[in-house]
Amino acid sequence: MIEINQLSKKYKDAENFSVKDLDLKVEDGEIYGLLGPNGAGKTTLISMLTSLLKPTSGSFTINGLNFKENKNQLKQLIGIVPQEYALYPTLTAFENLQYFGSMYGIKGKVLKKSINEHLEVMGLSKFAHKKTDTFSGGMKRRVNLIAGILHQPKVLFLDEPTVGVDVQSKNVIIDYLKLLNTQGTTIVYTSHHLNEAEFFCTHVAIIDNGEIIVKGIPSQLIKNQTGANNLEDVFLSQTGKALRDHA
Amino acid sequence: MHKLWTSTYKEMLLLVRDLGGIAILFIMPILLLIVITLVQDSTFKTISDIKIPVLLVDNDNGEVSKNIIENLAESNSFEIIQKSSEKEAKEAVFSGNYQLAIVIPKNLSASLQRKVDQNVEGILSKFGLEEDTLNITKEVISQKEVRLYFDPATQVSFKSSVKNGIEKMISKIETQSIYKAFQTELDEEDSEPIFDTENFIAFKEILPTKNNEEIIPNSAQHNVPAWTLFAIFFIIVPLSINLVKEKNQGTFVRLRTQPVNYATVLGGKTIVYLGVCLIQFTLMLLVGIYLFPAIGLPGVDVSGKLPMLYIVAIFSGLAAIGLGLLMGTIANTQEQAAPFGATSVVILAALGGVWVPVFVMPKFMQLVSKISPMNWGLEAFYDVFLRNVGFVKILPEISLLLLFFLTTVIIAIIYNRKKNAV
Repeated sequence: MIEINQLSKKYKDAENFSVKDLDLKVEDGEIYGLLGPNGAGKTTLISMLTSLLKPTSGSFTINGLNFKENKNQLKQLIGIVPQEYALYPTLTAFENLQYFGSMYGIKGKVLKKSINEHLEVMGLSKFAHKKTDTFSGGMKRRVNLIAGILHQPKVLFLDEPTVGVDVQSKNVIIDYLKLLNTQGTTIVYTSHHLNEAEFFCTHVAIIDNGEIIVKGIPSQLIKNQTGANNLEDVFLSQTGKALRDHA
Repeated sequence: MHKLWTSTYKEMLLLVRDLGGIAILFIMPILLLIVITLVQDSTFKTISDIKIPVLLVDNDNGEVSKNIIENLAESNSFEIIQKSSEKEAKEAVFSGNYQLAIVIPKNLSASLQRKVDQNVEGILSKFGLEEDTLNITKEVISQKEVRLYFDPATQVSFKSSVKNGIEKMISKIETQSIYKAFQTELDEEDSEPIFDTENFIAFKEILPTKNNEEIIPNSAQHNVPAWTLFAIFFIIVPLSINLVKEKNQGTFVRLRTQPVNYATVLGGKTIVYLGVCLIQFTLMLLVGIYLFPAIGLPGVDVSGKLPMLYIVAIFSGLAAIGLGLLMGTIANTQEQAAPFGATSVVILAALGGVWVPVFVMPKFMQLVSKISPMNWGLEAFYDVFLRNVGFVKILPEISLLLLFFLTTVIIAIIYNRKKNAV
């Protein structure tokens, strides 16, 4: 379970808070979608929850642990799939996964077996020994995902895991995440794809200007929003139609 | 330990997959060593073997000028080209066509002879040996100057050495004239010399010995350690870029979310890049031992010195790697890392005495050079290569190199921890 209490982040020299006094509870086994326009604070929130950013104030725990006291324990417990392809371009998919898997302490045959199984599920077996700089965006996304789940994390954070990929790759990724969830992995993910989130997430929170505007079960949110037929309608009615360009 | 070895393996793979990078890492230092040694060796030959054309204007046409010309010819350093006018010689030198012109003044021989005779007669009359002591009248003989013209682009060191040589030669001619005058006054028979005009005090350079054989330093013995060290320190550039790349391509972000400490990440890089330093060092030694003699350069003698040389190379490599890791940790972009790294190496080399020996630097710079790791490494290499010392003698230098490595790595780890604290 993730418990976030009054979590805030204000970047140096920024005028406004990127995340402001945010409270959120994610129960075990949920697929929690963090939705919001560009610059809403989704990535900042995930970065704080994965120890990449120091909060300005507030606190959070994951399965009762916090980073100040249980850093390595917590890092072993969580998995992260960052928005960028965090891979070495001149290493093969297998070599990348072997390296990142080893950093979680997985060794030898266990690691090899796990890598091969994941590559198989993701349809990448025949590309296992090809350098990742020759991969398409969708293939890189799938390798990126495997690198975050090799150690079977209890909580998985994904930042836009399906951005810029073809429909086939997106389906493979979403289906596999669903499978992981049924096996007990709690998933927190950010996305711009509201259709995807509507059908994939058990819960969603719409964030804007660093604050949660609305949260709940997608179908319930649609029902509660007058005139809304889908999550996109809820999103637009909550966040408005104005462009959110940031520099 | 498993994580460290996996990190090392990953670094090795990244390196071997970058063939262009490897070529630069290994071929460029070798090219640098060969070019620098060829240049320095030919400079050395300019002074010893090759004859420098010198313009000579002989307005004297006497005994002294004949002596000067003979001495210059005997020195084997100069090729004498006679010119008839001072103006012509001056223009040729100042326009850069020649490096030096010597102008011998008119009546130099006659004036010198009169001056010497006057002095000798004066001395002898004091001893009552002169027959007509009372009739001696002192004529005023003005000082004569031999004029030297140097090309303004000529290096100061060359000018000094030529000036010293000519001064020594003139002084010898003067001395010989004095002896000759005494000889004439005291004994009319020139064939029975009563003075030995050869120098009484001689100089002998005592060189370090090994197995009762003198170790004669040559340009290769000086250049191989200096430029090998320079190449080893250039590892700073690819290493700092490697770290910046990790940050830019997102892999470092992933590593920060993993249960692995920064020291392990740096450890993997240290092992691989130390291997690179040692391969570089080996290749440069091989070039010095085998290639140099084949292309007419003096070879490097490493007999009995290899273990000590590798010890110095390891610690020098560690110092360079420490600095590279620190720079890579602090820099955010390759544009910051590459020029800063390269410039730092050049500055450290200058401070370390790679180009200009430390003892000719101003006092303040000599003090600054004491804190340059390249100076510690160079001194340790010279200790082994040229001074033929034992392990204990290089211990202070390699300890400083190790301390430098540990300090820079610790600063890098603390900086990273502070920057990424959560």
